[in-house]
Amino acid sequence: MAKLIKNQAIVDDAWQVLTLAEDQRAETVTVGEGQWIVPLSVFLAQPALQQRSDVAVWLDGDDEPADVAPFLAQLPLVAVRFPKFSDGRGYSIATLLRSRHGHTGELRAIGDVLRDQFDYLGRCGFDALQPDADRYTDAQLEDALNSLTVFSEPYQASVTIASPLFRRQRRAA
Amino acid sequence: MYRYDEYDQQLVDERVKQFADQTRRYLAGELSEDEFLPLRLQNGLYVQKHAPMLRIAIPYGNLRSDQVRMFAHIARTYDKGYAHFSTRQNIQYNWPKLEDVPEILGKLASVQIHAIQTSGNCIRNTTSDPFAGVAGDELIDPRPWCELIRQWSTFHPEFAYLPRKFKMAVNGAEEDRAVIRCHDIGLEVRHNAAGETGFRIFVGGGLGRTPMVGEQISDFVPWPHLLSYLEAILRVYNRFGRRDNKFKARIKILVKALGIDAFREQVEAEWAHLKDGPSTLSTDEVARIAACFVDPQYESLPATDAGFERARAESKPFAKWVERNVRGHKRAGYASVVVSLKKTGVPPGDITAEQLDLVAAWADRYSFGEVRVTHEQNLVFADVKRAELFELWEQLREAALATPNFGLLTDMICCPGGDFCNLANAKSIPIAESVQRRFDDLDYLHDIGELELNISGCMNACGHHHVGHIGILGVDKNGEEWYQITIGGRQGNDAGIGKVIGRSFAAADVPDVIEALIDTYIDHRHEGERFVDTVHRIGLDPFKARVYGEQQTERKVANG
Repeated sequence: MAKLIKNQAIVDDAWQVLTLAEDQRAETVTVGEGQWIVPLSVFLAQPALQQRSDVAVWLDGDDEPADVAPFLAQLPLVAVRFPKFSDGRGYSIATLLRSRHGHTGELRAIGDVLRDQFDYLGRCGFDALQPDADRYTDAQLEDALNSLTVFSEPYQASVTIASPLFRRQRRAA
Repeated sequence: MYRYDEYDQQLVDERVKQFADQTRRYLAGELSEDEFLPLRLQNGLYVQKHAPMLRIAIPYGNLRSDQVRMFAHIARTYDKGYAHFSTRQNIQYNWPKLEDVPEILGKLASVQIHAIQTSGNCIRNTTSDPFAGVAGDELIDPRPWCELIRQWSTFHPEFAYLPRKFKMAVNGAEEDRAVIRCHDIGLEVRHNAAGETGFRIFVGGGLGRTPMVGEQISDFVPWPHLLSYLEAILRVYNRFGRRDNKFKARIKILVKALGIDAFREQVEAEWAHLKDGPSTLSTDEVARIAACFVDPQYESLPATDAGFERARAESKPFAKWVERNVRGHKRAGYASVVVSLKKTGVPPGDITAEQLDLVAAWADRYSFGEVRVTHEQNLVFADVKRAELFELWEQLREAALATPNFGLLTDMICCPGGDFCNLANAKSIPIAESVQRRFDDLDYLHDIGELELNISGCMNACGHHHVGHIGILGVDKNGEEWYQITIGGRQGNDAGIGKVIGRSFAAADVPDVIEALIDTYIDHRHEGERFVDTVHRIGLDPFKARVYGEQQTERKVANG
């Protein structure tokens, strides 16, 4: 079973991520039994999925977070996919989901997610971090728990630290 | 000068620890080359031709003497005894060992210096006017705002993986000495009609492959909203900047594609959500930072000094140096001194460990222990008593740091070029030297007057050739190095991109070409007119005619 880091612990995960093959269309792709995280386009194109409690949604870098906003209260989780770890759009999408659209449930980073990014991902609101299944050994993942908060007192406000350092701490002149 | 408190110190210490572990994992094979790349870049570490290159931030160009001493120590201990000041108020080492870098960063952290975000697709070192706080034409000191931006942008979790690098500059004087219109975001601190402090903001400037002058996105953002407004710009760029093509990924391309009005609309719509949020600056915080930049303990001095005037009358070399390298100061009896790092035969911006130690000692003795770094790759002592200028000059001269060429043709901006840089298409340092050698007559040089010559070894334009009065760009044609010449570029308030005069030249011809350009200028100039102003008055044709006129049949020149 796939592993992910959720709320600072390593847990097993039963969700599967659905991606569209080139010859598949959002309107007609079949989402089978079990827990599936489906592309936003599929979720929007197939209203029946919106009734299922075992279907979640993932957003790509060019998806508009406002499009998922109406469903946030009912979705078991929302994921944001990083096609490449160097593609930083997901950080802004996460920030918007949390701070503008009020997503309070699980927010999962999937795709090319690296342990050296955990701190930044966490501060942008991801509470679940799921590197590709073969990327880290169990031991490395254990070790990576230590990198969840690299910087103890960051300067700026972000999703999880709602005010900047100058408001949180009294800084000497 | 800003001094770290416990929080600043803790952050850089944590960073050193983090990078030491990342380096260890890379060397152990746990991190791939690709994965290590952005991590090392965001710690200033490049892999270069001969060895890694380590780029260290000098926030808005301000240094203390203990920091300069640390640079000397690092040059001696981990490098080949010298360092290089770049055009972005950074210092670079060309020969450190990868394994040593965590230790170097640790030593830098001990004197409140870091290499955070000096490279990579993130917010880079914020640059500013090297004469901030002392210039007579200053309206508002830009340095506290630079420091606020430094803190906000350091480890900003949302903006560490932008489509491309992102550069900001702040200026607070009548004259723009920070080239703000050639930055991704350029900020001018100013007062509005009601006397309130705020920012005129330009966006989408930049050099490189597609040089552009930034456009005004706002004529006044009140100071409390500085960071939220920047955040709005960055978020729009992070989400919608192109990521499919590295050459089209800068914010200038997005601004151009949308048009400044549509871009502004998007930013303002984003800002509406952020304005008055937690990032809103407080009076207390601004006051706390600004308190670090109050005037030093100036003495009350007469405007003139008899000893200084006597020395200037008696020593022609001193007078020449004063004329070029000494600038006025807002306080009577004080001056700012430009230490030229453009002596012929030394790569522009290079400095030895011994010279660094001397600079630190002079800073302590003559200028309140502080040094500034300019984007033209020189150093500045901002606060020198006029009465001590002669004494300082004598010592500078002994250390080969008193070349009286600030603002002249030989005070060229020059990137490290093909001798050091992986990206370069052509060498640039030998070009700089060949031009310096051709124009070695100081009287003639002074007669030519103010002239900015900028040299880049490739179109990434680290040498800012587009905004040089004369720009030289190294280009590669079928494996050979050629040089394309532009004229009429300008930095400052009327910043503009220079125009290419025609086909490019072989390295050996460059001094002749520069000479032909200068001769044309001398023939046409009005009294007191600078080279660049003559170019704009008479146009390119007279210059082209002189350069290409009789050459076309004799010399083999490349196309383009």
